[in-house]
Amino acid sequence: MPPRPSAPALSYAVERATLANGLRVVVAPDPSSPVVAVAVYYDVGIRSEPEGRTGFAHLFEHLMFQGSASLGKTEHFTYVQGSGGTLNGSTHLDYTNYYELLPSSATELAMFLEADRMRSVALTQENLDNQVAVVQNEIRVNVLNRPYGGFPWILLPPVLYRSFANAHNGYGDFVDLEDATLQDAQAFFDRYYAPGNAVLTVAGDVDPAEVLRLAEQHYGDIPAREVPQRPSFAEPPPTGEQRTVHVDAMAPAPAVAMGWRVPDPADLDAYLPYVVLAEVLTDGDAARLQERLLLRDRTATSVGGYLGVMGDPLDARDPTPFLLEVHHPAEVSADTVLATVDEELDRLASGGLQPGELERTVARMSARYLREVDPVLGRAQVMSVFEQQRGRAELVNEVPDLLAGVAAQAVQAAAGTLRGDRAVLEIQPGDPS
Amino acid sequence: MSTTTGAARPIPALGPPRTAELPAVAERTLGNGLRALVVRRPGVPLAELRLRVPFSGRGADHVATAQLLGDTLLMGTDRRSAAQVAADLQALGGSLSASVDSDKLAFGGSVLRAGLPGLLALLAEVLTAAAYPEHEVEGERDRLVQELAIYRSQAGVVAREALLSRMYADHPYGRELPTAEAVQAVRAPGLRDLHAARVAPEGSVLVLVGDLEPEAALDEVASQLSGWTARGAAAVAPALPAPPAGPALLLDRPGSVQTTVRLAGPAPRRTDPDHAAFTLANLVFGGYFSSRWVANIREDKGYTYSPHSGVDHPQAGSRVTLATDVATGVTAPALLETWYELGRIATLPVSQAELDQARRYAVGSLALSTSSQAGLAGTLSALTASGLGVEWLRDSPAALAEVTVEQVLEAAGRYLAPERLTCVLVGDAAEVEGPASRVLGIVRE
Repeated sequence: MPPRPSAPALSYAVERATLANGLRVVVAPDPSSPVVAVAVYYDVGIRSEPEGRTGFAHLFEHLMFQGSASLGKTEHFTYVQGSGGTLNGSTHLDYTNYYELLPSSATELAMFLEADRMRSVALTQENLDNQVAVVQNEIRVNVLNRPYGGFPWILLPPVLYRSFANAHNGYGDFVDLEDATLQDAQAFFDRYYAPGNAVLTVAGDVDPAEVLRLAEQHYGDIPAREVPQRPSFAEPPPTGEQRTVHVDAMAPAPAVAMGWRVPDPADLDAYLPYVVLAEVLTDGDAARLQERLLLRDRTATSVGGYLGVMGDPLDARDPTPFLLEVHHPAEVSADTVLATVDEELDRLASGGLQPGELERTVARMSARYLREVDPVLGRAQVMSVFEQQRGRAELVNEVPDLLAGVAAQAVQAAAGTLRGDRAVLEIQPGDPS
Repeated sequence: MSTTTGAARPIPALGPPRTAELPAVAERTLGNGLRALVVRRPGVPLAELRLRVPFSGRGADHVATAQLLGDTLLMGTDRRSAAQVAADLQALGGSLSASVDSDKLAFGGSVLRAGLPGLLALLAEVLTAAAYPEHEVEGERDRLVQELAIYRSQAGVVAREALLSRMYADHPYGRELPTAEAVQAVRAPGLRDLHAARVAPEGSVLVLVGDLEPEAALDEVASQLSGWTARGAAAVAPALPAPPAGPALLLDRPGSVQTTVRLAGPAPRRTDPDHAAFTLANLVFGGYFSSRWVANIREDKGYTYSPHSGVDHPQAGSRVTLATDVATGVTAPALLETWYELGRIATLPVSQAELDQARRYAVGSLALSTSSQAGLAGTLSALTASGLGVEWLRDSPAALAEVTVEQVLEAAGRYLAPERLTCVLVGDAAEVEGPASRVLGIVRE
């Protein structure tokens, strides 16, 4: 076996300030390319939606692109793209983000555009009606008209959780979306889009002092508002195996997902072994479940394992699951797949890792992480989450060391906790009626 | 009700532009014919790798064998098992994948800087000594059959297969995915034969980008890959047939809650004189969010989520593809608006403001796409397939800067007129056929 390269080092500079209205600003200068990433992260997501308003956090994300005091409908897009940039936003369980990647000549423009909608989003009935229709089409194309639609991110949470906040469909029911009102939207904005509930990150070809001056200029006079206390969404883990079958008329073959609750990600020492475990089990043909299910037994056509229903281990908050998803041929039962998974988990829990297994797994995890933060936008996104959830954007530089510090015994112990207290969701092809 | 608060403020002007320096490309052609390009792009301590091997072929059997070759190429050599290849890659902090399309066998990979020699050694080993073990080939073959069934359960895949088949008939581009029957007939000796005949360095191009010393990296490439001496017929795809336009083909997908709409036609190559003008015409029509098509059928009417018009550059000829998925009940009006926007851009000049905005976007997005190691590696590799070098990153913005409104109209008239495009619809025919046939000609299979 070739020698293992040493753990890679990162040294991105980080500067920060907090404005009087509570907005946290992070600047990460990097002059190597003439581009800049601007990202605003609001500390609200799917879990904070009120009952009867499933899908509202995501619908509201769409409304943030529909204009503000200085910008008509679609102008946010035309200013960004007309300066040579790209943009998007996305809604997660615990945050909603908006971001631009642009030539660095557009730094102030992008900072202004984000400030304008943070200060004064423009909400109209016509735009609300239009975006309800757009979101319904997004759900059709990504869920309703697609085999395995919502598997497992929409389908597994109601098996794993009991509380509305954790269990409900984050894309939303069509009826709830149609019931949404402008008053709902204004109240959501007033409550959750306060400057003190946001992090602004500017990364790339910029002068930090100039960015902090521009932040003061464009965001400083946004009035401070009360910052909502993030509630605890904690609930007990499932007891025993909770199991549901979902019949999918478009799916040609079955699939099964398993979810177990893991420790609060706030405690990285307790949490990271599970992140490594997911890769030990599923990253490539040398990973345990791939090797067993795909190469040896041939009882599966694909295997995936990851932390958090949206698949990013480092942005999840409590409660959050360890997930496995397996597509398998119709001739193989879900029970056979589950029994094999249990057998492999037992083998790992009792026998531990093989020599070199942890080192090679972590080497590729580090490399993949570097690849994620090399693009300035990816870096800005990672830093924003770390600043928002942990107050330390500097963690961007420490992830390879944190991964390298995970002990083999901790991974082994983590495997031992993935027992019968779990949620199982089966997809079966067929006619739902 | 409108709840806008606060007065409008002046929009900040753009600052002075800073243009990226053209990357310096170190190049060497090895004695075996392999071209290697290396760019130093420090940042994270990684190297990105791309390798293209010409791999065009004709017929259902070739498509099936080639697809499975890509799936099993990394599943063992005469020295290492499949699991050993995978474990060694991990240990290097590396990844490597192989895939085959209508033009090429493509490898993509990345590795921690210190692992580059190991990755190149592994690449050389699979190129010269891939084993195609019987057991692994059998397993992958069965898995591919299952995966094809899953692909083909997606409306977008059904539409794309029908579209390409209609446009290109029995040209290699007319069939991207193999049939299950043809896959089931593939055996390991057939893979070894195809590998021996076609996986050759002549005509192949390797690109490395990352935290590298270019000359040392080229020496490493020469040392590891000079032993790849296979002689093969580096086939490229034949000339394309003239695509038939004609009525839209409607494929029935009962119960579908959306209609999958795809239109495609020829587009200018990167090297054609009207490439820059067409790039801008396509952007104004539907090539980015701030386009007419998006403004119309999404932001005004709410018929769809993500309409997009994109351009691909396969080697035998470029292609523009329009894609949108519209709610079943509004299929006919969505088609009407699409035909209106196509007709409008093909017959009336765009405004100077629309042109200037699209131009800034085209120039800017090229700069953004080459600002990361992976982005630069992918762009350089794709350019080599068009016979272009890194200079294109400088020449393309210059060409875009010169394009006039008249040239955009001419290019749009040539390539975006609805009469020039082949159309496929996949949806619930019982709901869609009647209304849609009031808007355009519809044929069923």
